[in-house]
Amino acid sequence: MKHVLGAVCGASVLLVVPAMAETTLTIATVNNGDMIRMQGLTGEFTKKNPDIAVKWVTLEENVLRQRVTTDIATKGGQFDVLTIGTYEVPIWAKKGWLVPLANLGADYDVADLLPKIKDAVSADGKLYAAPFYGESSMVMYRTDLFEKAGLKMPEKPTWDFVIDAAKKLTDKNAGTYGICLRGKAGWGENMAFLSAMANSYGARWFDEKWEPQFNTPEWKTTLTTYVNLMKEAGPPGASSNGFNENLALFNAGKCAMWIDATVAASFVTNPKDSKVADKVGFALAPNTGLGKNANWLWAWNLAIPAGSKKTEAAEKFIAWATSKDYTKLVASKEGWANVPPGTRTSLYQNDEYLKVAPFAKLTLASIDAADPNKPTVKPVPYVGVQYAAIPEFQGIGTQVGQQFSAALAGSMTVDAALTAAQSATEREMKRAGYIK
Amino acid sequence: MARMATRQRVVISTIGAWLFGFLIFFPILWMVLASFKTELEAFAIPPSFLFFHWTLENYATVQERSDYFHHAMNSIIIAGGSTLIALLIAIPAAWSMAFSPTKRTKDILLWMLSTKMMPPVGVLVPIYLIFKTFGLLDSRIGLVFILCLGNLPIVIWMLFTYFKEIPRDILEAARMDGATIGRELVYVLTPMAIPGLASTLLLNLILAWNEAFWTLNLSTSNAAPLTTFIASYSSPEGLFWAKLSAASTLAIAPILVLGWFSQKQLVRGLTFGAVK
Repeated sequence: MKHVLGAVCGASVLLVVPAMAETTLTIATVNNGDMIRMQGLTGEFTKKNPDIAVKWVTLEENVLRQRVTTDIATKGGQFDVLTIGTYEVPIWAKKGWLVPLANLGADYDVADLLPKIKDAVSADGKLYAAPFYGESSMVMYRTDLFEKAGLKMPEKPTWDFVIDAAKKLTDKNAGTYGICLRGKAGWGENMAFLSAMANSYGARWFDEKWEPQFNTPEWKTTLTTYVNLMKEAGPPGASSNGFNENLALFNAGKCAMWIDATVAASFVTNPKDSKVADKVGFALAPNTGLGKNANWLWAWNLAIPAGSKKTEAAEKFIAWATSKDYTKLVASKEGWANVPPGTRTSLYQNDEYLKVAPFAKLTLASIDAADPNKPTVKPVPYVGVQYAAIPEFQGIGTQVGQQFSAALAGSMTVDAALTAAQSATEREMKRAGYIK
Repeated sequence: MARMATRQRVVISTIGAWLFGFLIFFPILWMVLASFKTELEAFAIPPSFLFFHWTLENYATVQERSDYFHHAMNSIIIAGGSTLIALLIAIPAAWSMAFSPTKRTKDILLWMLSTKMMPPVGVLVPIYLIFKTFGLLDSRIGLVFILCLGNLPIVIWMLFTYFKEIPRDILEAARMDGATIGRELVYVLTPMAIPGLASTLLLNLILAWNEAFWTLNLSTSNAAPLTTFIASYSSPEGLFWAKLSAASTLAIAPILVLGWFSQKQLVRGLTFGAVK
């Protein structure tokens, strides 16, 4: 009997939630370096706000998206602060799923936010999320290999130059490839890169009447150029490479050029992880002279779901984590090279940051060069550079990504991939009622 | 001559079995090895098998960043609780269907199995709403309940198969001696079905331990088991294989040890009734 009682008591202790501070915030986030750092610094926030406790839920990006979408759509109220991308912000704001951030405090300098990033997280002139870190994409290249080949990377390279250089720098016997690009299927994987590349070639996802545009010559040129370039100068098995695979290849010295997120700059220049840390140069993403570079715009942001009952405490946390003071706090604890980039103008005017971040100027220029409200050469009805901010895009983007990945793998021709992409997109857009 | 041929066959089949076993075990071995590598080495091509710089850094990081024991305790409670409740419901159900079948028994069994045929995501939103209404979101009780329901068809099926192998005459003899239904179940049937019960228990425990859909979707922090612990180490931007491997090794360790010690029971139970 004693044992039974003991077991029951033990079980009930385990089942009871321990008593905590007055308000407990549950924050959902992804496992990126900057977010992990924020988790580590939570103590600084709770020290200032002893009545607030913080619980972290870290999940894989796609799991987080599914988890958070279910909770927010059912008003489950499991989360008080969400980490979401620029893709979700306008869609969720329109559905009334997010609380507008109107009380971030008097000393929260909204005007200091980078204008392009601020635009991306606002709807109808209201801020619906606060940017935690922002990124665009740019060319990262090996200065030593360029020098050896007698090439000089311009600050604003054209695709012709990049293609030519990639071919010249490829030495398959030595295991060096001219260029590493994303090939893994997914709307946030290969399609992020390919949509941005297509923008620079004058292509667009939809015309003004939401008609899919994969049957246009611009898309054909984009995809043909990409597939041929990767066949000649890309690493083997590129159709399964995403950000992390290419990062590993570049860090191991296998790629002469890599076009990807600006946030990678701090990884490839970190001697602890990279074999080529001191041999990396940066340039803007390539263009074709049509006025758009092949670079995207993305930010991870903190937002409050409409179901949360702890809005006030949540806003306090968001104001703290995305403030100028937070940047200073990270700098004092972990150095300026580790502060979250791409959200505030003041960071790019800070000499201490500019000294340790050789990529800062290019990151800012890349972010400035991307315009989510006017992403393409021809006019479009959607917002977003490497995506169209409509709920259907995730599904469509991934389907199209699969066709293009198959074209890269050689199991499909470019024409067949484009035809399949066109019909899949048309079908989905008809089903969703955008076109008849 | 004949003896030599037999010997040869034994050697070949032994080597074959070892090779096959190694092949099956290889992904786990690779994961354990990766957990001792640095992030760069874990991603290196060509990969190094044993000659790399061994480090415990990943385990230290995982330990520092997450509360492993909190997650492990949740896994034990959720997997253990759901298995025990499932067995309590399944034993009488399987007993009645095995020893007093009706015209509809087969249909009932098939209907129960059919609930496993639908992808769980199809009922995610309704289940989520039910959990929200009853305040079960992020609670261990809620997860015990859902995993128990999810695995119940398999448990009943397995037990039904084992019970069917037990000769009816023995039960009849017990009844002749005046045993009540309860006594018959507890003192006659259960001891005879112990290998079957043990393997059902183990298999169900492993299934519940590894269940990643409901546990990821219905828990946040209080009730989060080891599956969420693993999921938190995958990163969209940044190298994570080594740390993820360390987290996965820690997550499967308890169940691996349990499986190792009880493999005889498991194999015996799984092959029970296979040969007549």
